[in-house]
Amino acid sequence: MPVSHTASAPEAMTDRALRAFLHGLPGVDEVGARARAQDLSTRSIKTTAKAQAIDLAISMVDLTTLEGADTPGKVRSLCAKAALPDPADRTVPHVGAVCVYPDMVSTAVEALRGTGIGVASVATAFPAGRAPLEVKLADTARAVADGATEIDMVIDRGAFLSGDYLKVYEEIGAVKETCGGAHLKVILETGELVTYDNVRRASHLAMRAGADFIKTSTGKVSPAATLPVVLVMLEAVRDHRAETGRYVGVKPAGGIRTTKDAIRNLVLVNETAGPAWLTPDLFRIGASSLLNDLLMQRTRLTTGTYPGPDYYTLD
Amino acid sequence: MAERRGGKKAGKGGAAGAAQAPAVPARLAVRKIYKLYLGGAFPRSESGRSYPVTSNDGTHLANAALASRKDAREAVAAARKAFGGWSGRTAYNRGQILYRVAEVLEGRRDQFAARAVAAQGLSRARAEEVVSAAIDRWVYYAGWTDKVAQVVGGANPVSGPYYNHSAPEPTGVVVVFAPQNAPLLGLTSVLAPVIATGNTAVVVASETAPLAAVDLAEVLATSDLPGGVVGLLTGRVPELGPHLASHADVNALDLTGAGRDAVAFEEAAAQTLTRVVRPGPGADAGEEAWLDPDPGTSRMTPFLETKTVWHPVGV
Repeated sequence: MPVSHTASAPEAMTDRALRAFLHGLPGVDEVGARARAQDLSTRSIKTTAKAQAIDLAISMVDLTTLEGADTPGKVRSLCAKAALPDPADRTVPHVGAVCVYPDMVSTAVEALRGTGIGVASVATAFPAGRAPLEVKLADTARAVADGATEIDMVIDRGAFLSGDYLKVYEEIGAVKETCGGAHLKVILETGELVTYDNVRRASHLAMRAGADFIKTSTGKVSPAATLPVVLVMLEAVRDHRAETGRYVGVKPAGGIRTTKDAIRNLVLVNETAGPAWLTPDLFRIGASSLLNDLLMQRTRLTTGTYPGPDYYTLD
Repeated sequence: MAERRGGKKAGKGGAAGAAQAPAVPARLAVRKIYKLYLGGAFPRSESGRSYPVTSNDGTHLANAALASRKDAREAVAAARKAFGGWSGRTAYNRGQILYRVAEVLEGRRDQFAARAVAAQGLSRARAEEVVSAAIDRWVYYAGWTDKVAQVVGGANPVSGPYYNHSAPEPTGVVVVFAPQNAPLLGLTSVLAPVIATGNTAVVVASETAPLAAVDLAEVLATSDLPGGVVGLLTGRVPELGPHLASHADVNALDLTGAGRDAVAFEEAAAQTLTRVVRPGPGADAGEEAWLDPDPGTSRMTPFLETKTVWHPVGV
């Protein structure tokens, strides 16, 4: 990467400097990215390696419920599942975090007390992000005050696509400040960014503005976390680490439903960013139905028989 | 593969013949590749394997796909996926589709009769009789689809101010080990009652005589039967059976053609409370053992579950 900046995030930026930096990033070879992701997705991960990958993937799951129909009862049952994914097998690790809407944070915090599982809250007028900055900050502050340890914010895609990078940058900076000790995950909503070049720019923009994680999608827009997009984002965190020394995490979310999908993502992490990222501190998978599939595959490996969905909770 | 090599040889022969007599090139042989029937499609085995099938007197007839554990897994997944739609259809509509199977089979009776003569060594007259009986069996169960509920369900007299109704419901995914020595009529006799009541089926065809089953799958595929309602595996019972018997997403087993493995399969099935139909007295007999024109409900009721509803008497 021909980038000489040694910025430690976040720092004051001028619109011009930001634009020069983002447009100075090399373009993404789209065909190459697709081919590379496709190539890596054919890796065969079996037996003991598969068992390890499944446990790692379970510990990386951000168990998510982001529905209008969420109730405190549903959030509590999700939290119970997060802490003990398979009641029949206590060797299964707990998930990385539970991800809920801001008004459900206090319910989730209460339910997860003492388990060591984080509570992530989407904020900043999720999923569209179409609200004034004050509203977004109030949204964030409330979630943090209620005990959220991680905040998943959405960027203003309208501003980004119209070239107003500084607005996006400053908004991320302001939310980061409001987060205090909570980790900030910045959702790029790659399905709306159209090109891989934009994904690379948005990734670097978010990282320089202070993101602790960059996240692909809200899960409300299709396409969501495709492998080439995750590849481009993993390259971005790798390059950012090389430039600044700071580790930024990646969280694909949306559309990862099977163990195969999850393991393909893990292979991508290992081969692109490196094994240092193979930890729940630096890689998360936002999902809801994925967990059951991981548990079923795990049961398949430990018992040798094919499991059925009747033996697992409904999401 | 042997099929393909045969085709190439024929091609070479044609070229040589053309050199001597350019006017009449030998026609290339067009031989059918016998494949599996999974989810409404005809794929080769995932393993790429096949095995030679011979007639009763040892003549090589064709190669059939040798299904693997993973093919069995896919068949169960497809059957599960198809279950909601198939069981949700009206019994009348299921009857229409089963009758359609009989119609399409009638149009191909010569093919099936010729197969029975070549593979089973039956006389032409006996083969015709067997094919007619198989066609009639589909009509028989087509008639039963909307009548079985009256026979095994209905209004129960209770001593209280309630209506009390019992209704039979399909149990789910049924694995059928087809009779080994009755590849067409025997298979029809065990398969039709399973799907008539709304179950979906995964059939392990006769190992020694699987070709009639593949031909029948082609009939099913062109009779408006939704993909996945019947999955057909050709291969070895000892290889496929243990995985299907212990599969937690399988609701019932028909062990008619399981032979010596029946007891082991029943034990494996007990782990997940799977319903089991043991091989009956004529399980190893040939087609003539299945000629009884009125087999009754005994092959439908084992795959039904009774739902009973209490309802207060109004006003």
